[in-house]
Amino acid sequence: MHIPSLTIGRVREGLLSRRFTAAELAAEALRYAQAENPKTNAYLHFSPERALAAAKRVDEQIARGQDPGPLAGVPVAVKDVILTQGVRTTCGSKLLANYIPPYDATAVVRLEQAGGIIIGKTNCDEFAMGSSTENSAFGPVRNPVAPDRVPGGSSGGSAAVVAQGTAVVALGSDTGGSIRQPASFCGVVGVTPTYGRVSRYGLTAFASSLDHIGPFSRSVKDSATLLRVIAGRDFRDSTSADAPVPDYTALLDGNVKGLKLGLPREYLKELMGETGDLISRGVDTLQNLGCQVREISLPSTDYAIACYYIICTAEASSNLARYDGVRYTFRSEMSDTLSDMYRNTRGEGFGAECKRRIMLGTYVLSSGYYDAYYLKAQKVRALVARDFANAFQEVDAIVAPVSPFPAFKLGEKVDDPLAMYLSDIYTITGSLAGIPCMSVPCGNTAGGLPVGMQILTRHFDETTMFRLADAFEQAQRG
Amino acid sequence: MKITEQEVRYVAGLANLKLTDAEVSRFQADLDGILEHIGKLNEIDTSNVEPMAQVLYDAEETATLRADVPATPLGSQAALANAPQPGAGYFKVPKVIER
Repeated sequence: MHIPSLTIGRVREGLLSRRFTAAELAAEALRYAQAENPKTNAYLHFSPERALAAAKRVDEQIARGQDPGPLAGVPVAVKDVILTQGVRTTCGSKLLANYIPPYDATAVVRLEQAGGIIIGKTNCDEFAMGSSTENSAFGPVRNPVAPDRVPGGSSGGSAAVVAQGTAVVALGSDTGGSIRQPASFCGVVGVTPTYGRVSRYGLTAFASSLDHIGPFSRSVKDSATLLRVIAGRDFRDSTSADAPVPDYTALLDGNVKGLKLGLPREYLKELMGETGDLISRGVDTLQNLGCQVREISLPSTDYAIACYYIICTAEASSNLARYDGVRYTFRSEMSDTLSDMYRNTRGEGFGAECKRRIMLGTYVLSSGYYDAYYLKAQKVRALVARDFANAFQEVDAIVAPVSPFPAFKLGEKVDDPLAMYLSDIYTITGSLAGIPCMSVPCGNTAGGLPVGMQILTRHFDETTMFRLADAFEQAQRG
Repeated sequence: MKITEQEVRYVAGLANLKLTDAEVSRFQADLDGILEHIGKLNEIDTSNVEPMAQVLYDAEETATLRADVPATPLGSQAALANAPQPGAGYFKVPKVIER
């Protein structure tokens, strides 16, 4: 079996026709992933015991003639901010280098119930804060397409393993673009579902009003399959939505004729170079498929970055307060008093980007500044969301770039945090509005670097997003 | 300048973050640039805008309450398993009160 060319469908077909067992596939996928991993550093650690136990359950179900589930035998990678009981979960942080979670995230439970095989945990920016995976305490990830470049971030490891072929699908998390941007940089599909579509239980909290779990895959169909498995109400996350979850893959009919698409003029005015050309060509393709394209306006776009970096850092400063040396493995050795222990543990444990965001978040929430910053940002967030609501009165989906540029070189942007923040502009707006958005590959630059196209739809309308992305993918492959 | 070195040290205290002098000056410069950009928000009139405190405020009703049934909690052993210094069923910490 050739691991990098597997799909969910091929795994299923191979298992049901008895060409291989889930246990054989899991062992081979682990062997392959471990052998290939030094090229990218995309996996932080592997979970062979858990994988083989899960594979055995799938084989037993098949032997008994039971349906082994929609992800039966599929090797899955999970971003290391998502908790896995008994399997180390570091969040890319020195603070949690030895943390073994006592419970599973709901998304993890669901994907194993569906027959998925978790083979390892993927590298990421520390506590998911970053756009390049260079903020991991365990070294950066190399982009499998161009090893001198970043894979994007913060879910760079999950994007890289799917692009490299060392997992069939992966889970990532997205707060301001952390699934879509690495998907774009690595040339794979990455999906940020509607806020509340997937339970956040067991997702290490970064910015609770913006955090999402979502899939990575090499095809739109596989992401649709994975999302359906992990989506749905979970009483352990009170913000998870009690909304019906459609059978997305059954709805991928390839027919998008007559769909009304909006192109935000604020996104395209400054988009230049090869990324701009590839997005334009992508839009042409959608037009050829029968979509009606019109220009729309999202007038609050210019304020989105400022709004986002107030809200996400404020929430992060609060969420990260729990890493104080009392409960979570790491404690500074050199403290005589409790308050010194807090300060030293956090000072030694957090990397530069986490500290920067904790500082900014603490500042904007500090006495006397709340109205000027956090409250103001919440109001601007309402305007950003209103922009989308207005646009969706006219169009069924919005098509946009994911990132202003393709994957950049390792080290190229680490010294300019503001420049790094500003590059999140196209992904942050959808995150603020809480709408579903995804990146689908839309071609490569002359230098061979992948570029993703973003598709955004109304709250809970992942179906239209997947249908459009699937039709586009078929046309691209055509 | 948007933020002084003294303010950076004050905020680090609030956040329980021990910073080196080099970090203080680095973060002063970084935060200054970021706050300068954030100042952009003053251009936009939000006097008649309700703050967005709930993400899905405009979406259809999705919230529900769970059934109130007893379940087994995690248990103190599991909760303490990652403690740097557990003891006697508690999290141990350095002394809080000076004598």
